[in-house]
Amino acid sequence: MTERLDQIFVLLEQWLVGFLPFAWRPAAGVVLSVVAIVCLFPALFALTTVFERKGLARIQNRIGPNRVGWLGILQPVADGIKSLTKEDIVPLSADAAVHFLAPVLLVVAVFMGFAVLPMGRKMVLVDIDAGLLFFFAVGASTELSVFMAGWSSRNKYSLLGAMRAVAQMISYEVPLLMSSVTVVMITGSLSLTKIVAAQNQYTWGLPHWYIFTPWGLAGFVMYAIAATAETNRSPFDLPEGESELVAGYHTEYSGFKFALFFLGEYLAMFSISGLGTTLFLGGWSAPLQVLGWVPSWIWFFSKLMLSIFVFIWLRGTLPRLRQDQLMNFAWKFVLPLTLLNLLVAAAWRFLGDGWERWVICSAVVMLAYVGMAWSGMRRGHFGPRRYRYAE
Amino acid sequence: MLGEGILKGLAETARNFAGSFVSKERLTTVQYPEQRIAPIEATRDFPFLVYDGDDWQAGMRCVACQICEKECPPKCIYIVKSTDKKPDYVGKPQFYPARFDIDISVCMSCQICVEVCPFEAIKMDTEFELSTTDRFGGLLFDSERLAKSNEYYHKIHPTEATAVDAVLAEGKAKAEAKTTTAAIASAVKGAEIPPHPAGGGD
Amino acid sequence: MSFAFYLIAALTLAGGLAAVLLKNTVHCALSLTLAFAGQALLFLELDAQFAGFAQILVYIGAVAILVVFAILLTKGSETPKGSVYSRHSLAGLVIAAAVFAMLGWAVIQSLPAVPRGPASTPSVTVLDIGNALISRYVLPLEIVALLLTAALIGAVIIAMHEKERAK
Repeated sequence: MTERLDQIFVLLEQWLVGFLPFAWRPAAGVVLSVVAIVCLFPALFALTTVFERKGLARIQNRIGPNRVGWLGILQPVADGIKSLTKEDIVPLSADAAVHFLAPVLLVVAVFMGFAVLPMGRKMVLVDIDAGLLFFFAVGASTELSVFMAGWSSRNKYSLLGAMRAVAQMISYEVPLLMSSVTVVMITGSLSLTKIVAAQNQYTWGLPHWYIFTPWGLAGFVMYAIAATAETNRSPFDLPEGESELVAGYHTEYSGFKFALFFLGEYLAMFSISGLGTTLFLGGWSAPLQVLGWVPSWIWFFSKLMLSIFVFIWLRGTLPRLRQDQLMNFAWKFVLPLTLLNLLVAAAWRFLGDGWERWVICSAVVMLAYVGMAWSGMRRGHFGPRRYRYAE
Repeated sequence: MLGEGILKGLAETARNFAGSFVSKERLTTVQYPEQRIAPIEATRDFPFLVYDGDDWQAGMRCVACQICEKECPPKCIYIVKSTDKKPDYVGKPQFYPARFDIDISVCMSCQICVEVCPFEAIKMDTEFELSTTDRFGGLLFDSERLAKSNEYYHKIHPTEATAVDAVLAEGKAKAEAKTTTAAIASAVKGAEIPPHPAGGGD
Repeated sequence: MSFAFYLIAALTLAGGLAAVLLKNTVHCALSLTLAFAGQALLFLELDAQFAGFAQILVYIGAVAILVVFAILLTKGSETPKGSVYSRHSLAGLVIAAAVFAMLGWAVIQSLPAVPRGPASTPSVTVLDIGNALISRYVLPLEIVALLLTAALIGAVIIAMHEKERAK
């Protein structure tokens, strides 16, 4: 019974595809899965916008949207109607073709990233051998669309915002990849299904998720930081902060194109959280062996929504980082720690099973973090601000 | 320790988030316009003219001295003095404003008109739901719109109104005392009183 | 030579032609990106997964952005007023045709050396590439790493000198 519930979407797809002649079945199956993804994730996006506004509101001692529908849950419908009926203003001197293609490229690239995420047991759209590499490749294409948006608007401030956004995304691309490479090293494969399968084992009822290892925890934290910066999310949202650059590279966009940018940003958040879940939190595997009867896709989406909730929590808590602060942070703090993490993961692999590797790896990671933090604070790079007052 | 501040911040916001569902102190927002927070006494929005008694024209305290019009920084008050006089609260005949207009789209609620008025005639109101679709006429208040009774003044600013009433009563008593002594003096002067014999004793 | 190959080839050629024929430099850079994408699709069509995705990651994700930054930070972003073609375009065309002919002849000459047949198509996984890099091609790997380090150090030194000069 639980098996059937676990595989319910796969069975549904097979049943629906069974109505078609034999030759059309594989293609129809793929089309059906694509349609499912294209319908599900924007619906999740709509729900997330309400959660974000209400979550931020509660953090800030207010209520959030509560007039449209019960507890404001139909607010995205109102927002969607608004953005669809708004006039589409394109500046006269803007580069019309590039201006049009930028949001399209962004949304297409982000949707492609969902193709390799294993959302449940046997629920991947395409099981590529180099799945992780595919994901990062399409992630890199989103930077190009950001630049296209900023440049085609023929607006100094859009261009500045786009430059900042691209610089930020490139700088944090390296820690993102490096923290994922540790997982690849330990699993021995780039395929996301194999990575989840490797984490789906249990010792004494507890799972083998990579976050429960010293290098995995460090890697997850750095992956989370890099993911927040990649999707231009607070506290790294200088390129789109309203008080800094109006709206950065999407200043000149209105109506549906702006909605596409918004959609693209949130979908990028979903896909990068999905990848983080797959790499470090065990994907669709249950946290305890006794809970294995709950369907796998429920675990995947719960972990995804938990990551989204943490993103929203971070947004409500932290102030924005300045451009030079965030670049310094990436290159001088996160990158050296990711490189060290690689060494620690290698040590983990070669020290063999036992308690020694736990102690040694944890000690090295903690020492490195504390050492870098202490030396950075001593030199005044981070820590509480020191003021110099005029005499 | 690096990262400690972030964790403390996250804990604080989590406390705020959870607390906003259970305690009233955390969630300080009310569902306006179904619920309203009672304004504090010192709230001020736009001026109004106070009148005593029931008839707003007869009881209006304003004597059109035009001091508030001169002192108003954005010059939003427009007064036209009347040609005849009417008795004020002590009975003395005074001018009254034939026109008293305040443009509340210009008024900046600085309260200077209230501070300089010698007759306690103009005070600050607390009403703020004044939005209208008429951009010009709807925001220009004439003296009928501005006139509100002393009872209303007591309702919105109780302590202030009681103090003002005390001042006015004192003024009235002093004026009455002056008229009584004046009446006695004139009555005494009017009657024929033989002069005192010089050096006489009694 | 399937239908997919012709489609992708047409895309790549269109991108390449647009990259040299368009007037606006940024448009040229974006069409070049399209040509890169076409190349990546060709790799994927030949089942070389690593090469295809690495092409997207490196060329579109980094090289295209580099090209675009270079155009923006210099005066190349202004549309040139005159013609974009040089006076010696005919000579250039002849030389390009000659190079293409030589490359084509070399490829066609080497075709018999590759054995035909479905069983001969090698399937190279990322694991094989990794193994080869560490065991057989370790010297080129280390030399490339050294080259990249030297380039990084050079970039840092240039930037540092500029910062000192700016001070």
